[in-house]
Amino acid sequence: MIDRTTLYIVIPVLALGTYLIRFSFLGTLGNRPLPAWLTRALKFTAVAILPALVAPGVFWPAATGGQTDPARLTAAVVTLAVGVLTKNTLTAILAGAAALYGMIAIV
Amino acid sequence: MSPERSAYFRGLRASLPFTVVAIPFGMLFGVVSTEAGLHVWETMVFTIAVFAGASQFAAIQTMQENAPVVIVLLTALAVNLRMLMYSVALAPHFGTTPLWLRAVMSYFLVDQTFATTIVEVEKNPHLTQAEKVAFFFGTVTPIVPAWFAAALAGAIVGRAVPPEWALDFALPITFLGMVAPMLRSLPHVAAAATGIALSLALAWMPFGTGLLVAATVAMAVGALLDAWRESRQ
Repeated sequence: MIDRTTLYIVIPVLALGTYLIRFSFLGTLGNRPLPAWLTRALKFTAVAILPALVAPGVFWPAATGGQTDPARLTAAVVTLAVGVLTKNTLTAILAGAAALYGMIAIV
Repeated sequence: MSPERSAYFRGLRASLPFTVVAIPFGMLFGVVSTEAGLHVWETMVFTIAVFAGASQFAAIQTMQENAPVVIVLLTALAVNLRMLMYSVALAPHFGTTPLWLRAVMSYFLVDQTFATTIVEVEKNPHLTQAEKVAFFFGTVTPIVPAWFAAALAGAIVGRAVPPEWALDFALPITFLGMVAPMLRSLPHVAAAATGIALSLALAWMPFGTGLLVAATVAMAVGALLDAWRESRQ
């Protein structure tokens, strides 16, 4: 269960912070370019954070009490593989879901 | 049809495919958020106030792990840092647009509206400022109501979803599905692999702080490899 105090702080601060990120240059028309190293690093935010965020849940899912689950592990691998091959997010997600339900049905 | 009007409809058409993708993603957020114990109105306030899907998911996940507020915010804001690039990239194209309009555009600056708009303005440098603004709002028109409505629908059906559906795993699959198409170069693959390996190795660290270390090192690895590759060309 999510703590309500946390939630009611996170929503407005995250909303404001996200807005300020979007407004930063577009709003101020900052003509100063970002330092090259920062632009370079920003290209990697999504690939650096999103898989790392879900990795522990893939290997040690809370739903199975932290036991590695063949169905969930297979689903993750299938999603990644199909996504890399097709370069299509929706196809990857559908393939991952199919693998998950297929494995759950078999095991 | 005036040039602005036609730019508006071009934008609308360009973002339609993205809208189709946003619908299941928005529903998923509604469902996951309800599963995490949020009321329908809380899910909707969250969605409308923040309006950035991946970071909303990240915030829900870290809050479920009872991470402190600061860690939740750092993780979710880190996910949104890429939008700084969007803001930088669009700024030169809207130099004479009134400030209030740019302030409104900022709220609607998401992956889909950015991707379609930057392609259009770079392909057609002769476009007037008004046409560019019209195009941008064209891209906004289908995606925003679709995202809100999908989140609402997901939040309403959320409680009816039985545990056998293994919805706990919807989020990992979604994130991996979003990232997989981005793994198009060695630095991207190396960054993702580093992030995963370190996040597993540092899972013992309290309150998801291991994730922040893992993500920072992973970004550095990606950037360094990228710089190294460029210097060899």
